[in-house]
Amino acid sequence: MDRKNLVLFIVGGLIVAAGLAFFVSPLASGSPDGLNRVAIDEGFADTETEHATADSPLAGYGVEGVDDEGLSTGLAGVIGVAITFGVAMILFGALRTFRARRAGPQATGT
Amino acid sequence: MHIPDGFINAGVSAAAGVASIGGIGVSLKKAGETLEDKQAPLAGLVAAFVFAVQMLNFPVASGTSGHLLGGVLAAVLVGPWAGSICITLVLTVQALFFADGGLSALGLNVLNMAIVGGIGGYAVFVAARGVLPKTRPMVALASAIAAFLSVIMASIAFFIEYALGGVGEVSLSAVFAAMVGVHALIGVGEAVITALAVSAVLAVRPDLVYGASDLMPQLEVRSSQLEDRTSSVGR
Repeated sequence: MDRKNLVLFIVGGLIVAAGLAFFVSPLASGSPDGLNRVAIDEGFADTETEHATADSPLAGYGVEGVDDEGLSTGLAGVIGVAITFGVAMILFGALRTFRARRAGPQATGT
Repeated sequence: MHIPDGFINAGVSAAAGVASIGGIGVSLKKAGETLEDKQAPLAGLVAAFVFAVQMLNFPVASGTSGHLLGGVLAAVLVGPWAGSICITLVLTVQALFFADGGLSALGLNVLNMAIVGGIGGYAVFVAARGVLPKTRPMVALASAIAAFLSVIMASIAFFIEYALGGVGEVSLSAVFAAMVGVHALIGVGEAVITALAVSAVLAVRPDLVYGASDLMPQLEVRSSQLEDRTSSVGR
């Protein structure tokens, strides 16, 4: 019934998420977060080891090869929003399919 | 709050990994049983939104920032089971693609933010709703209270993990005080963002807010004819 509205809501929400990632994330604070601040102050920050995916083209929320720092961060954010949405849709779509198959056609109601 | 590789030893990291796999396994099973059709795309949006807002570090004290963890936000919007899966997906994407949060620490991070922060935070939300009046603004208030406490709970979870398997010789009591202190400040930001986002969805599509479903008029009686038609059309 309100399927079209739901699609509009999802698309609108994705535009807001991508907009925040692209336009606002370059303005975010670059200071260490709470945990990293505690690690620095209490003296265990140096136990951190190199990240296994430190060579990823998106490592540290930047796109490799994009020199403009703000643009690099913003693009990385939009790519991350797209990856996260895609992976989540695949997973939740699969969950729903499994349920429909198990429940059978006569039991689709709640 | 994303633990990098090297802070916690392999044994405790592995134990947290096992606990997280068990917890998310339960979430997958429960979400698979209860997820309504309209909630699947919403869960996708919630995961994408949490990813975006987690990038928006806000300053909380000199030289320190915080960002949304999103566990309570996700749980209030799509339920604790689907919500904890959303946060787990965000953490996994961040660790695999963005080198944020150690790969060896993924189980720890899922345990702290998706399970303790998300499912535990949702339990606080349910408790808060139980004592507050049954109105939409009170849903937002309950979300804020739960969001604040969920960050404190996640910081205490980190402390327990650090006490059990922290690498490095430091004062545990100082780590506890510092963790809870700074995360009380971050929790205020978490509360504000969570309440704003929940209020926004309540204003536009209240039927999509899992944590407020008791406030919707009960119009769920569907004719079996309609169900037959829907299922034959496919989904």
